[in-house]
Amino acid sequence: MPILETYKDLPSTPVTFYSTESNKTGTWRTVRPTFNESKCTRCYICWKYCPDLSVEVANEGDFPKIDYDYCKGCGICANECPSEAIVMEKEAHK
Amino acid sequence: MIEVMTSNYAAAHGARLAKVEVIAAYPITPQSSISEKLAEMSVKGELHGQYILVESEHSAMSLLIGASYVGARTFTATSSQGLALMHEMLYWATGARRPIVMIVASRAMAPPWNIWGDQMDVIGERDTGWMQFFCENNQETLDTIIMSYKIAEDRSVMLPAMVVEDGFILSHTFEAVDLPNQDDVDDFLPKFNPELKIDFNDPRRFGGLVMPDWWSEFRYRIAQDMEGAKKKIVEVDKEFGKKFGRTYGGLVEFYNCDDADVVLALAGSAVGTAKDVSDKMRERGKKVGVVKIKALRPLPAEELRKLNDMVPVVGVFDRSFNFGHGGGIFSEMRNGIYTPDGGPLIKNYVGGMGGRDFTPKHMEWVFEDLLRIKKEGKVDRMIEWIPLRDGTGRWY
Amino acid sequence: MHGRGGQGAVVASEMLARAAVKDGMHASAFPFFGVERRGCPVTAFCRIDDKPIRIHAGIYEPDYVIVLDPGLMTLVDVFQGLKPDGKILINTTRTREELAIKGPNKVVTVDATGIALKRGLGSETAPIVNTAIIGAFVKMFPKISIDSLLESVREAAPVKKEENASAAKDAYEITKEV
Repeated sequence: MPILETYKDLPSTPVTFYSTESNKTGTWRTVRPTFNESKCTRCYICWKYCPDLSVEVANEGDFPKIDYDYCKGCGICANECPSEAIVMEKEAHK
Repeated sequence: MIEVMTSNYAAAHGARLAKVEVIAAYPITPQSSISEKLAEMSVKGELHGQYILVESEHSAMSLLIGASYVGARTFTATSSQGLALMHEMLYWATGARRPIVMIVASRAMAPPWNIWGDQMDVIGERDTGWMQFFCENNQETLDTIIMSYKIAEDRSVMLPAMVVEDGFILSHTFEAVDLPNQDDVDDFLPKFNPELKIDFNDPRRFGGLVMPDWWSEFRYRIAQDMEGAKKKIVEVDKEFGKKFGRTYGGLVEFYNCDDADVVLALAGSAVGTAKDVSDKMRERGKKVGVVKIKALRPLPAEELRKLNDMVPVVGVFDRSFNFGHGGGIFSEMRNGIYTPDGGPLIKNYVGGMGGRDFTPKHMEWVFEDLLRIKKEGKVDRMIEWIPLRDGTGRWY
Repeated sequence: MHGRGGQGAVVASEMLARAAVKDGMHASAFPFFGVERRGCPVTAFCRIDDKPIRIHAGIYEPDYVIVLDPGLMTLVDVFQGLKPDGKILINTTRTREELAIKGPNKVVTVDATGIALKRGLGSETAPIVNTAIIGAFVKMFPKISIDSLLESVREAAPVKKEENASAAKDAYEITKEV
């Protein structure tokens, strides 16, 4: 990433030089989704609805996995799951 | 190759010769025939780029900003209401540093509804940070479009440009135009090659949030680059002259000004009329000159300041009025030429709006008025609307 | 050039400009920038000069007035501003006396309507007389050659290029300056 000190160092167009991947938003959570594989039908509705792209499916047919580095605990996945396979639980450290 | 065509068709040929890659335009009188001609060229396979239909001028500009981010050379055309509709995106194009070139067939702003030539629409866009170039005739329209790409896409500039042709007065008038051949234009105008562009292998966010601690620096950069564009404009004009045999003075052209008693400064098609009248009056012993303002943005203040030592009286003709103090070009001229030590006597003539004809007779009246001011040594009134139906000035 | 919307006055002014440029002169052609509608009076202008034309304004003192539809003479003062030594060309079969044209200007008449119908241009109710009448004009204005005019007619006519060129030639041949 370039060191910016004056206007002369600015890029030729407003653009970012780093990705937001470095911002791990998992620490925002107060509740976390817990996943019950026995109830999951692999409909992937949780994956479709997650606004943070924090539900990952590695290959077709796998169970969805939650990326706790970024999951902000909004609860949409639990709300949408038709088989109630996801339950929101209080975050241990908060 | 010499062909007789309207300024609209000249603009369409200019875009074609510049090998524009993405065109998105929405029709509006008096610009419509530009879009129609480009669509025709696209269907016939003469157009190098893509012609995309959009639902409004705002969408057209938005689409072009996106296309420009990907590295495409872009073009659009509009007038008055359409230009006003894309106003928000004009600021965006400047901030995003996209070298989009747009032809504006300037037309009056409604209401009352009026489709004829005027300059209020482009004067209203002075503050957006777009470069503004005015054209005197059809040939200049074509040439300016080609030159604008070279200026705008230069890495030291990277600012959008609007090329202004007076609606109907140029857009619908047939004049002989020399179409340069494609090879010469390719030679003169290299491919668009921006430093940064959207790359799927290296994804970035463009145009994101900047906090108050850095925002001003971005604006300052634009101001600096706009100033630097002045040098580039003069350079490109000289290069164009060497390649194609035609130059336009770059920022400003002084015509018959050398030993002039008075000069009239103006922009657009009326410059041609003024030059003609100036020559005829010179033959009768009246020493009048014409200052053609080709670039309104960036404002060629240094060039205009030369008038302080050249003439004691400067008149400014405006096809617009900014409801502050005078027309657009008058405000800019006062801003440009006056120094803390003062400047020449200056008077604004507002006329030819909404398609009202500004004839050689009116022009002569203006020059005579300026000569009278020189003789009397003072300005009777700063702003004169001519011709107006109440008898102000001379009503033809 | 005075005509009605749809008679081709504007295209005729373009054709004259093209022809003048082909013959080494400078030209500038434009319509009266009014609202254009079929049947509405339309005025088209053309400036022709040996030197480059820089003026961008209307023509108020013409050297020639061409009238495509004599019916307009009761609605519009088509001869307003015509120079004292200016000339008039009218599409009609009537004479100057019958049309009650006063003043010192020379009047040339040509039956452009007849020629247009003979060549199948337009219809009986709306004949396209523009190419015929500029063919006649070139007889009065020999600085433009008939060959350049015919080439320009073929370039600029949207349809029936050959018929239009023939109409221009017919008019050129029968027109006599009086």
